Amino acid sequence: MGKVTAMMNLDARIPTGPIEEAWDSARFEMKLVNPANKRRHSLIVVGSGLAGASASATLGELGYNVKCFCFQDSPRRAHSIAAQGGINAAKNYQNDGDSIYRLFYDTVKGGDFRAREGNVYRLAQNSVHIIDQCVAQGVPFAREYGGSLDNRSFGGAQVSRTFYARGQTGQQLLLGAYQALERQVDTGQVTMIPRTEMLDLVVIDGQARGIVARNLITGKLTVHLAEAVILATGGYGNVYYLSTNAKGSNATAIWRAHRRGALFANPCFTQIHPTCIPVSGDYQSKLTLMSESLRNDGRIWVPKQKGDKRPPNEIPEDERDYYLERRYPSFGNLVPRDVASRNAKAICDEGRGVGETGLGVYLDLSDAIARLGVETIRERYGNLFDMYQRITDEDPYKVPMRIYPAIHYTMGGLWVDYQLQSNVPGLFVLGEANFSDHGANRLGASALMQGLSDGYFIIPYTVGNYLASTKLSKVTASHPEAQAALASTQQGVAKLLAIRGKRTVDSFHRELGKIMWDDCGMSRNAAGLKEAIGKIRALREEFWQNLNVTGSGDDLNQSLEKAGRVADFLELGELLCIDALERNESCGGHFREEYQTPDGEAQRDDEHFSYVAAWGYTGAGKPWDLTKEPLEFAYVHPSQRSYK
Amino acid sequence: MKVKLTIWRQKNPDSKGQFITYPVDVVNGEMSMLECLDVLNETLMGRGEEPVAFEHDCREGICGSCGFMINGIAHGPLPATTVCQLTMRHFKDGDELVLEPWRSRSFPLVKDLVVDRRSFDRIIQAGGYVSVSTGNAPDGNAIPVGKEIADRAMDAAACIGCGACVAACPNGSAALFTGAKIAHLGILPQGKPEQDRRAVRMVAQMNVEGFGSCTNIGECTGVCPKEIPLEEIARMNRDYLLGAWRERGNVVTAIAPVTDWNFGEK
Amino acid sequence: MSTAVAGQRENRTPSFWQSTNGKKAVMAVTGAILFLFVVGHLAGNLQVFEGPAKINAYGHFLRTIGEILWAIRIILIVCVVLHIVATVQLALLNWKTRPVGYSRKKAINSSYADRTMYWSGPIVLAFVIFHLLQFTAGYIHPESQFIDGDIYHNIVAGFSVWWVSAWYIFSLLLLGFHMRHGLWSMFQSLGLNHPRHTPVLKQAALWITIVIVAGYISIPIGVLAGWVR
Repeated sequence: MGKVTAMMNLDARIPTGPIEEAWDSARFEMKLVNPANKRRHSLIVVGSGLAGASASATLGELGYNVKCFCFQDSPRRAHSIAAQGGINAAKNYQNDGDSIYRLFYDTVKGGDFRAREGNVYRLAQNSVHIIDQCVAQGVPFAREYGGSLDNRSFGGAQVSRTFYARGQTGQQLLLGAYQALERQVDTGQVTMIPRTEMLDLVVIDGQARGIVARNLITGKLTVHLAEAVILATGGYGNVYYLSTNAKGSNATAIWRAHRRGALFANPCFTQIHPTCIPVSGDYQSKLTLMSESLRNDGRIWVPKQKGDKRPPNEIPEDERDYYLERRYPSFGNLVPRDVASRNAKAICDEGRGVGETGLGVYLDLSDAIARLGVETIRERYGNLFDMYQRITDEDPYKVPMRIYPAIHYTMGGLWVDYQLQSNVPGLFVLGEANFSDHGANRLGASALMQGLSDGYFIIPYTVGNYLASTKLSKVTASHPEAQAALASTQQGVAKLLAIRGKRTVDSFHRELGKIMWDDCGMSRNAAGLKEAIGKIRALREEFWQNLNVTGSGDDLNQSLEKAGRVADFLELGELLCIDALERNESCGGHFREEYQTPDGEAQRDDEHFSYVAAWGYTGAGKPWDLTKEPLEFAYVHPSQRSYK
Repeated sequence: MKVKLTIWRQKNPDSKGQFITYPVDVVNGEMSMLECLDVLNETLMGRGEEPVAFEHDCREGICGSCGFMINGIAHGPLPATTVCQLTMRHFKDGDELVLEPWRSRSFPLVKDLVVDRRSFDRIIQAGGYVSVSTGNAPDGNAIPVGKEIADRAMDAAACIGCGACVAACPNGSAALFTGAKIAHLGILPQGKPEQDRRAVRMVAQMNVEGFGSCTNIGECTGVCPKEIPLEEIARMNRDYLLGAWRERGNVVTAIAPVTDWNFGEK
Repeated sequence: MSTAVAGQRENRTPSFWQSTNGKKAVMAVTGAILFLFVVGHLAGNLQVFEGPAKINAYGHFLRTIGEILWAIRIILIVCVVLHIVATVQLALLNWKTRPVGYSRKKAINSSYADRTMYWSGPIVLAFVIFHLLQFTAGYIHPESQFIDGDIYHNIVAGFSVWWVSAWYIFSLLLLGFHMRHGLWSMFQSLGLNHPRHTPVLKQAALWITIVIVAGYISIPIGVLAGWVR
């Protein structure tokens, strides 16, 4: 009822034929909606980050009636805004041998051969259009004196293909999309509904037809109907409590859709970012990222001696271990994120970590400062240095920065086919919320690329194809399924308020985060995962007995909002561990201690695990159904990743 | 160290607000102002009281969600810093910090320290964009943009829309916010075709929203977390003066400000 | 520009004069004209140091160009009126923008002169009226006889009264504050700025103001000190 039961055969609808022509031919085969008919169609977009804003704007431009929801006070607050480093595009402006094929190759390899080739190739193709579109919108990308676009290099690539706007690339790209969105709001094509959170998906006759949303100011729950629902609500990194995500980032929209039948794919593929400011205390509410671009000019090191407590500047050159350069001579400090993070953890586990907690390594830009001068470094990284100094009270122009890995991005998400449609017809999922393009590890500067590719250049075609080829009955908010969804959401909110226990939401969230980080973080093993699953279940039990949410449900109540999100994280966390336990191999961000090469690198098992794990919800407390979508590699042949 | 937080508590726009003082233990200097409020809220909830509502999201100074007055200064005493990045080491043991929401009739109060800044969105709606639909773009390098121009545009584009400029201005003017967007797009060749229309429409919207006039005194730029310079306001004035003349034959409309939170819900 | 109703955009939009930016532009232009007057008036008055013949001749000359003088006076009056009407309207608007005030508010970036425009202006206006009544119309001329045409006598006699001089000096200092802000602010309001020029302009505004105020104040001081008698 109001729910799609998982199908056993997942059809990813990947076009056949040469990969270079696949997207073109797919587009040609798509059915079109007559321009005059577009205005008769209504769409719901949940989320206003890069994917959501770009999708809303573009669909509005095409003439659809769009309702865009965000929980923040303005669409401009979405967490895409915090992306620092840049966005990749296969422009080859630097004449250094880049091409669409190379970006495709790097991304598939960087994802440790757990992404679909077809999706990734299309992403690389779209990358060049994204840059053009953003430049036309007035995104102030960095420029050369001659007026052409500047590039920097980034982890996991040996070409310079990252476009950037100081250390605020995400902000500028998001503002570009936000402005395009506001332009459509002005024309009336898009209705923006801020401070409103999706709490359920309305499924009618097996099709996604709307959402139940809570107005966060008035507490009112309302059914919003449309002909298709597009989720662009970001990732679930906050299941770890401490992450680089925004405090508000949550998985509620995708999780509630999952409970209505949408498959959740590869939840265990989480990315740990190697360069974050280390944790300083228990009160800590989030972790702050220092852009990976710092690794371009920075060198990572620790003292050779265990427990060397001398200040960094007093440790002579020959007593320093530049361990990334030592172990990976060809990529050096620019190895992909998963490799850099794991190495930092290994070094700290050896007892060579720095700082008070011993959980940190040095990121040292003094060589670059000597080589390029303070001014150049200030121009490239000034805002990052300022941020670091504000938080730590140390001057990175003089003392090496201390960094440690932190949860940053989640490659997993709702399962989607090539058209970005989930297994629930009419439910589309974009950006970090879906699982599609990054496999088991995302390369730096690729998240922005994917969000915008999905929103500007894919969904406008595929949603039209869906509308033109699907028979949709007329429905109203009084439809029994819509009313049932509304009623169950109401009960859910009331239940949270009725517990009146002793513990705050944050204390549950923090405890969940600790379980996740300790047992399902940078490295995982079967015993730990089994234990974690047990602990999460017990914690969830306690949550529903002992939660304390003050206030009422009919006004702005931030702890009530959080409670609903943490309730979902308590379920998602379990699935994440189950997926990690099921995947008996190491790949990308998923490192199982049992499966490593003799020199400690991730050991994939292509024979048994070259698939997408798509999990279906079968009911509260019941085991999930696993459906496997096999992955085929016709172009980039899986090999042991080597950055040596 | 211990500090006293004197916080404006107001349940909703219609109720009467008041200051309430709470003592808070600051564990260490690296704690941020918002983490201090987190700790306070945990205590309040433990006592069954309602936590202090405050806006926050990214906590790294870029989303623009957070912001309130600390002892009469928007975002507190540290320059170029949002409250989420303001660490407690800048205060002393025993300090009393008065936390007050942004006060402006164009930012109606929602609850405690939370205000409604949708007026900013409407100013952007009025023209803070380049009208280029997806798919229309020429190659990124087709129009060269000199480094200095790109840098200038970026200076203006760095605005995070937090509203501190309005909060700090004795006249409640939104000139710095509006000017920053007009300047960002007006400087770049991509924004030139719409320069006049943009300036006229955005200024009209800014006025319709009821913001005050700019007296060029610079309180806004002094509290701006991104240090947007005052010259963006001059840029707005220039574009507006020229635009108002060149567009004198055209009809200008504005969007009716909305202050309720009813989105067609029954 | 006119107003119209279309779709969801429906509000009446402010005309140039109704917009805060337009009013500020008017204030800048009128302020600039008034500044020119302040300079010209000083140049004329400093002739007092060259003796009675010179300054009385200057006064006589001004009267011989009656139509032009009246044209200038009308322009100045229009400027003063516009300048004041714009200010008053903006001030009334600005007071409404913050219905609930702050319990405390610190100024961190603006100068004293910047923040005192609202009351330096009215005091200067009161002074101008007094000044016209004293030296142009001759209605107020304490402790001596106003002699029409004998400017030199009127100046010396007028400023010999200590409180007239004190009031004059006080008002001129406030005019200085007013000009110090206004002189660069007018460029800002008209959008004539540059990251390189604006700081120079701010400095120049200060020095020009000092020179002008010093020039004006030198007259009563000269009288009181006995240099001009």
